Amino acid sequence: MRSRFDTERILLALAAPTLAVLVAALLSSVALLVAGHSPLSTFQSMASFGVDSGSIVQILNKSITYYLSGLAVAIGFRMNLFNIGVDGQYRIAAFFAAVAGGAVALPAPLHVLLIILVAAVVGALWAAIAGVLKVTRGVSEVISTIMLNFIAGGIVAYLLNPDRLAVRQGSQLINTHPLRQSGWFPGIPLPGGEVYGFIVVAALCGVGYTVLLNRTRFGYDLRATGLSETAAVASGVDVRRMVVRTMLISGGVAGLVGLPTLLGESHSYGQDFPLGYGFTGIAIALLGRNNPIGIGLGALLWSFLEQSSQILDLEGVPKEIVTIMQGVTVLSVVIAYELVRRFSLVQQQRRVGAELGTAAPTGDEVPA
Amino acid sequence: MTTTSPGPVVSEPAAAPAPVPGRRLRLSLPVVLLGLAGALVLVSLIRLVTGADDITSSGTTGAALRLAVPIGLAGLGGLWAERAGVVNIGLEGMMILGTWFGAWGAFQFGAWWGVLTGVLGGALGGLLHALATVTFGVDHIVSGVAINILGAGMTRYLSALVFEGTPGGGVTQSPSLPPIGTVTVPGLSPWLHTVERKGWFAVSDVAGVLGGLVTQVSLFTLLAIALIPLSWWALWRTKFGLRVRSCGENPHAAESLGVPVYRMKYLAVVISGGCAGLGGAFLSEVATNIYREGQTNGRGFIGLAAMIFGNWRPGGLAAGAGLFGYADALQLRSGGESVHALLLLLVVLLAGVAVWNFLRGRRVAAVVTLVFAALVLLWFLGTDRVPDEFVGFAPHITTLLVLSLAAQRLRMPAADGRPYRRGEA
Repeated sequence: MRSRFDTERILLALAAPTLAVLVAALLSSVALLVAGHSPLSTFQSMASFGVDSGSIVQILNKSITYYLSGLAVAIGFRMNLFNIGVDGQYRIAAFFAAVAGGAVALPAPLHVLLIILVAAVVGALWAAIAGVLKVTRGVSEVISTIMLNFIAGGIVAYLLNPDRLAVRQGSQLINTHPLRQSGWFPGIPLPGGEVYGFIVVAALCGVGYTVLLNRTRFGYDLRATGLSETAAVASGVDVRRMVVRTMLISGGVAGLVGLPTLLGESHSYGQDFPLGYGFTGIAIALLGRNNPIGIGLGALLWSFLEQSSQILDLEGVPKEIVTIMQGVTVLSVVIAYELVRRFSLVQQQRRVGAELGTAAPTGDEVPA
Repeated sequence: MTTTSPGPVVSEPAAAPAPVPGRRLRLSLPVVLLGLAGALVLVSLIRLVTGADDITSSGTTGAALRLAVPIGLAGLGGLWAERAGVVNIGLEGMMILGTWFGAWGAFQFGAWWGVLTGVLGGALGGLLHALATVTFGVDHIVSGVAINILGAGMTRYLSALVFEGTPGGGVTQSPSLPPIGTVTVPGLSPWLHTVERKGWFAVSDVAGVLGGLVTQVSLFTLLAIALIPLSWWALWRTKFGLRVRSCGENPHAAESLGVPVYRMKYLAVVISGGCAGLGGAFLSEVATNIYREGQTNGRGFIGLAAMIFGNWRPGGLAAGAGLFGYADALQLRSGGESVHALLLLLVVLLAGVAVWNFLRGRRVAAVVTLVFAALVLLWFLGTDRVPDEFVGFAPHITTLLVLSLAAQRLRMPAADGRPYRRGEA
């Protein structure tokens, strides 16, 4: 009985993402057909380009960043706290980390550690603004974190100026002081190139997330608050404090999102520092159902789609088709999970009903 | 028609419910007018003190009106959805769909067709949101976020398909679009401009503000403004509106009284998407004459904030949209000096809030507010202008400030954001 139940649970858990990917593939095919392209050959060329050894390194590198961003969002999601502000948090954190790292000369491990620390603290503090506003002034974190994204962008743009915290490099580019080599995070060589060493930190964050949520009092309180705030309050959880702490942790992880790029590649924060990873993180947390392994798979899928679409322009297909694939995947994933949840709920009720011998005579409709 | 009201399900139409009767200021017409007059005198004083003429110029108010329209339309979209109990964070995505479809329709068939296609594009987003939240019971915020991602992705693909290869168009922008006509009130407009140029205290400010509102106003703007009283009438004065609102307050009771809750929610969310799409079409057709990627720039969210600021009511929403539109407009009209001048206004307002807090016995809040006021005052005295980068986020920080001052006094529809399934208690 027990083992049958478990295989059923695994099947159900796999059903949702499979369903979602199928729906996404179907709808993307429609979009391709409308534009007069063959879906099959498009998918084929994407797949063959995506497993190229150079592509694999690119995919891994992108997914490190996305993984961290997804984790940061997921921490909030677990207690129904919507941190839409990861984008602003990682930009302002990476900027100040780059400034601090560029200003000092330290032995290698300390230098990297300092940069990581500054990024985490700045990200945490920036996110905490939204947490404090929520608990003291009742401002929804959805709105405040979005507004803080714009404000963070403005502050960084203001400080990223040769008169302030940046230097001019060449005629066009403006950067923060480049990091000395002691502040670089050594990469891991692979056949197709070098993978950011920061992958180790990202993996540690994933482990830390699992331990924090499943093995600590704080994690228990956090999940309890997410499932039922009233029940959590009744069992003695101080929800206001939980909100601020969760925002701090979420923002701290968000602060790390820019570091794979900063420590592994750009070694300074410039005007061309990539934007928008925070929003990708939301999508990935949704794809991965806030599960650390699921988020990893979501990050890989997302960066696989991005990387493999690079070939499409050569084939005459607009590579923007991938943005449709990504959007449709997210929407169908959330719907598929909801459908599967309902289905398993009905199954459970039916099983309980059968065991108690009080099953409703018409077994094929949703119990009222 | 409100005589058919099913008892206590829906709040009274005219007044916001007052938890502490007698202690709360009611926003009646004289109070509003008095408040407006006071604000005008204050702003006029600040203009004289700082010499920042653009804070009440007709150019600024004209721009403010233009920028308030998309925010107000997004807010109206939020109002329709949330009055039916569906939180719509996907407004931004629906607005993006509106900018693209509006531009496409205008480019293909002509300016007014663009308005229609913009509405349809946004409504399509609304339909998706309704499908996810009402039929499938997905969390409203999750679905909204997914629609924002999808909206951005879809328009990018469509641009690559349609706009690439057109004159001036490409993956990130459309060709320039045919204009929609404007109206200027003859006689009144030039006269107001003459008065405005005199620089008289208060009088010229009134002339400037009014002048901006009667000069070269787009017909699209008039349409948008008309939608606000129309929405109020539909939601608060018709049977349909009563039913929609009952779904937002207590869907179970509504269902038991025979209201088709699912259908009402669907309709309201589709209308919501249509409003957001209209706002998007306004952005591409009137505000810039071109579709450009990222042109909504968070206005869907600001519209949502305007609706929250307006306490889930059309009048308040319009005021909020006006405020945020004004903050947005300052970037275009010598922003550095104007925003610098408004810092002084902020000091006065913060000091007022501090005094009010102190009188109500909230010492800590009073001191915190006063410290903020002092810091802003120092900033004002120590500089000549606010850096352009800061002017860029003026609307966003205004949103944050306003919400943190007002959010606790607001009341949202009772069942807002809760998934509803027929027959489940």
